[in-house]
Amino acid sequence: MTVVVRAVAAFARFWKGFLIGDAPELFVGTLVFVGAAMALRHHGAAAVVLLPAIVILFLAGSVLRGRDRS
Amino acid sequence: MTTSTVVLALAVFGASAVEMVEALTIVTAAGVTRGWRSALEGTMVAVVVLAALVIAVGVPLARLVPINVLRVVIGALLLVLGLDWLRKAVLRASGHKAVHDEDAIFAKTVADLSTGSATEAASAPAGSWRHGRRDATGFTVAFKGVFLEGMEVVLIVITLGASSGHLALASGAAGCAAVVVCVVGYLVARQLSEVPENAMKLAVGIMLTSFGVFWVGEGSGLHWPGSDLMILVLVGVFALTAFVLSLAMRRVRPSPRAAATGSVPSK
Repeated sequence: MTVVVRAVAAFARFWKGFLIGDAPELFVGTLVFVGAAMALRHHGAAAVVLLPAIVILFLAGSVLRGRDRS
Repeated sequence: MTTSTVVLALAVFGASAVEMVEALTIVTAAGVTRGWRSALEGTMVAVVVLAALVIAVGVPLARLVPINVLRVVIGALLLVLGLDWLRKAVLRASGHKAVHDEDAIFAKTVADLSTGSATEAASAPAGSWRHGRRDATGFTVAFKGVFLEGMEVVLIVITLGASSGHLALASGAAGCAAVVVCVVGYLVARQLSEVPENAMKLAVGIMLTSFGVFWVGEGSGLHWPGSDLMILVLVGVFALTAFVLSLAMRRVRPSPRAAATGSVPSK
């Protein structure tokens, strides 16, 4: 394997580990959050309440899942 | 200085300090077993490479990419990172995950390096690798330790610095953290386990998550009430969430699978 291919593979592994790691649900949650922020951007008060709520929901779910994998 | 600037500086400082403690453990182990010269040289080279990365990536990012696009992308990255730190901190605080033990990491690194050094010592003049001569293993271990732990710091410095237009401030906060951790590390010698790493990780996770939520909202065109002050509200909301989750998880038993494998630390 050439040095370039190894470097690209290491770079891809780093980002996979950084973005997904051992909690893929948090990556999915972030994508859902970004989508929700785009959709709710003109809905003032509703967005201010719903956006943090989405984050809390995914965090709680991930923590519960985490006890199985710890 | 605005609220978001202060929180930004605190977030970068805290995140950098946590990662520096982990890097310092590895550098100290490399220094003790393979000699300080190579360990310190490896550390210095890694720091220079990391600083070059901040300049090479952070400055063009802040100047060329439209600010709203930058905030959404960077906010999402901060959210992924912050939520992961929060999740681990809550699991550790509630006893569902073993606490990061710097003493154990130090002992394991020393043992690994000592095995290699014993072989080399047998074929080299007695003690020569310890006194002044360069040691490739010590250099590599220190470089990798500082570089890998520092990559997360670089990401945080670039993301927080570039999206807020305070790259210099973010870099300065990371530099201060490095100095503080080195001084504390020197004073407490090898007792790095005394550093309240989980509490720091919890606090930084809360700040990163708050910044992530705030910037994705800002970048997508949402007007937060109170503007920058909303960051403090978000910090409060996520701190409360982490506290409640930690309490709730203490009442939740480990899953039968986790208990059977013995992976849950005994309380």
